[in-house]
Amino acid sequence: MTQALLAIEDLHVSYRGHDSTAHILDGVDITIGRGQSVGLVGESGSGKSTVAFALLGLLGDNAEVSTRRAAFDGRETSLGMDEATALRGTDIAMIFQDPMTALNPMFTIGTQLVDIQRRRFPRQSRRSLWARAETMLADVGVPDVAARMHRYPHEFSGGMRQRVVIAMALLVEPKLLIADEPTTALDATIEAQVVEVLDRLRQRTSASMLVVSHSMGLIAELCDSVIVMYAGTVVEHGPVHVVFSRPRHPYTRALLACEIDPYAAFDLSQDLATIPGTVPDPAFRPQGCIFASRCPARHDRCSERPPRRQTGEGRTYSCWQEAA
Amino acid sequence: MQAFIALSRRPGGTFAMLAVTLLCLVAIAAPLIAPYAPNAIAPANRLMEPSWQHLLGTDHLGRDILSRLIYGARVALGISLSVIAISLSTGVALGIAAALSPRAIDLAVVGVFDIVTSFPSIILALALVAVFGPGLGNVVLLVSIVFIPHFGRVARAQTIAIRNSPFIEAEKVLGAETWRVVLHHVTPNIIGPIFVLACMDIPVVITIEAGLSFLGLGVRPPLASWGNLLNDGYTYLDQSVWLATFSGLALVLATLGFALLGEALRDTLDPKLRKAL
Amino acid sequence: MRSASLQIHLGFKLATAALAVAGSVVLLMALTRLIPGDPATVILGSRATPEAVAALNARIGLDKPLIEQVFSFFGKVASGDLGEDVFNGRPVLSLVLNALPNTAAVAVAAMLCAVALGVPLALFSARWPGGKTDRMVAFLSVGFISTPSFVVSVFLLMVFSVHLRWFPVLGAGESGDLGDQLWHLVLPTAALAAGWVGYIARLLRSSLLEILGENHVRTLRAYGVSETKILMKYALKPAILPTLAVLGMGFGELLGGAVFAEVIFNRPGLGSLIYDAIRTRNYPVVQGGVFVIVMLYVLTNLVADLSQSLIDPRERARLTSGRGH
Repeated sequence: MTQALLAIEDLHVSYRGHDSTAHILDGVDITIGRGQSVGLVGESGSGKSTVAFALLGLLGDNAEVSTRRAAFDGRETSLGMDEATALRGTDIAMIFQDPMTALNPMFTIGTQLVDIQRRRFPRQSRRSLWARAETMLADVGVPDVAARMHRYPHEFSGGMRQRVVIAMALLVEPKLLIADEPTTALDATIEAQVVEVLDRLRQRTSASMLVVSHSMGLIAELCDSVIVMYAGTVVEHGPVHVVFSRPRHPYTRALLACEIDPYAAFDLSQDLATIPGTVPDPAFRPQGCIFASRCPARHDRCSERPPRRQTGEGRTYSCWQEAA
Repeated sequence: MQAFIALSRRPGGTFAMLAVTLLCLVAIAAPLIAPYAPNAIAPANRLMEPSWQHLLGTDHLGRDILSRLIYGARVALGISLSVIAISLSTGVALGIAAALSPRAIDLAVVGVFDIVTSFPSIILALALVAVFGPGLGNVVLLVSIVFIPHFGRVARAQTIAIRNSPFIEAEKVLGAETWRVVLHHVTPNIIGPIFVLACMDIPVVITIEAGLSFLGLGVRPPLASWGNLLNDGYTYLDQSVWLATFSGLALVLATLGFALLGEALRDTLDPKLRKAL
Repeated sequence: MRSASLQIHLGFKLATAALAVAGSVVLLMALTRLIPGDPATVILGSRATPEAVAALNARIGLDKPLIEQVFSFFGKVASGDLGEDVFNGRPVLSLVLNALPNTAAVAVAAMLCAVALGVPLALFSARWPGGKTDRMVAFLSVGFISTPSFVVSVFLLMVFSVHLRWFPVLGAGESGDLGDQLWHLVLPTAALAAGWVGYIARLLRSSLLEILGENHVRTLRAYGVSETKILMKYALKPAILPTLAVLGMGFGELLGGAVFAEVIFNRPGLGSLIYDAIRTRNYPVVQGGVFVIVMLYVLTNLVADLSQSLIDPRERARLTSGRGH
């Protein structure tokens, strides 16, 4: 059996406050195979971005991170700040969600594209890093690269900026590429172009991908398997076609139902509106099933922690409901 | 109460509260705690070193330095609080009035504020004193002018923000008079920032007053302003360092105490103000 | 809408600055008019003959209406005439021009010192916020900011000149002897710079910390760009902008503080010129001196404002072409 690129068991992240502790992630398991593309889906506050940031060690100093086991590329790691620092910009690279703020407004694109390669290629000359950056920009579909390298972020449109951010991630030739809401901040037409760039890239690179998004559509398009998160826990995961065509967990079903809503793409709050209730306060998590308070199929047993069930198609879900 | 606890948690917060409380107590109780009359001259005892008779020594006229410093606290606090009271009330009134007036009047008031602030503050104070002459009353009135725009601008900005908000429209529709409505809503909104601003301006006023007095253009001697004391100390620096040292330290204690208190208040009452002030 | 071009922006800034200067001149003139009693009598003393009073009033133009005074002042200023010294008839302009270099030397030296010390302190504090250096800098800077510069001056004089005798007590040094002049510059500069070191350190620290929390810094961190490089390159440049604006204002306040430093260290300069003129009620000199200080104040603000726009590429693009986005 080939070893997975990334295997994390029982990831916990919490922030200690004055008199309570907020558990943002509560026992999350993630496995990403080599060359595999995994989607991480859930509404705002589900902790999906926290997973991505924890992998890079980008959580604040006040975050407490723990795992039972974490391995990247065959090596055990601790996900502490130091180990993760070692992976940043070399083995793991991230495509950030808001291209408007992800680039420094005071420096040219070229300068920034060179500096982010420094850690990966410490011995290369500035000139060759500059040339690599130019090639990569052209590759992701930025026209007139030679001139564009000397321009500032504000001189780029939203879609072009997103391409720059994607180019950044590709420049360091990572083993794992994390895309954090890569299209959320874009309008619909540009979104389609960027999805196309990401898709092409997926076909070409050997890198594994972790796509973090609230959009089921994007994940269906880009990923092999999907992890559905709710309130810091994984409620269901499995191959995309299995989970999306026959969802087992009531939350997955509800999310998919939202996706059909024609307004969902325009109004993020609409996502929540169609599932009654809100995500529980991370400082006061319920004892039993975390989704119980909003679940349409709730019954008495839901006050106990639900079992993890397998359906044989590579899918796992956590619910008291029997597989039907 | 919560504010006090938050204050004491900050670095320097406890020091600030102690310093300010000490100054206020000393200023109020000056006649009770001063060992000598502040202006009692004793030429035989001139420029004495600190001793049990004169804890901080004496000045060039044999006056007790400690007593003069204690009375100096009265002068510093008295002047700075009067200045703040005058500039705060005038500034707030002008600011609110400007915001509610026709555009031309509003612009004129803002223009005057801008002109006043186009002088470095100590230079404006000097120019004013040059014209009207030194003295206690003049110093209070003239330094107040320097600080009016501070309060005026805050009050005006808040009033404009409130004036344009929908609930004012709603109340106007219900038949209330504009100025009454605005006053009703503006007052609670500006009390916090104005209070913080006042507290942060106190050390600046103390500095300006002491500076003018130091130059012989502020409070007239023999009134014991710390600035006058520092000037006496400066004049006799080659013979005795005590007066210069202690009057300087008194000034530092007061300005540092109020500055730290003002900052602590700002952060406690309204963290958003951090950038604005 | 097309963005404003550089010329329009410049013009607007200049107009505002000119208005501020004009307003301050009106204020200065109005003040002179407000002198209780007749200025000439005040200047010459109560025993002066009515003829002498009238002559002096005519000479300094106080017999004309306020509006006319203001206009004639501007007319004269335009031709380089700031009036005459009441006592010896010397032109105020030459007095001011003689005094200016001494004051400018102190103010510029103080500002340079403040930047040279304040910027590294800010960088240290922002690199390890909450650490030992940070807390020490925070404490020291509040201390320095709130300590009046004249207290610092007197203390420095006391310790270094009177007690230790390391530095000369008074004066600006032998003219022509640059080393001596620099030697005399040390203490006044230190006195003026102290507060500004703290101010710059604190201001820059807080804008650095704000920038370090922004998304583009997180991007760099995610690519393992070193924390030092992020701080010194990517955070420092945007963080310097708000500091620059304050430096412009600070320069004016330094000129104000120079009055004390010059009086205490007995240096010739704009500050001591104004001070002596105030004490002798030499109003034309007060007027001229204050006018020049206001001019410098407004001017440095303008320069700070413009250089701010030139550093920020977004502003620069907006200004130079109107091409915008």
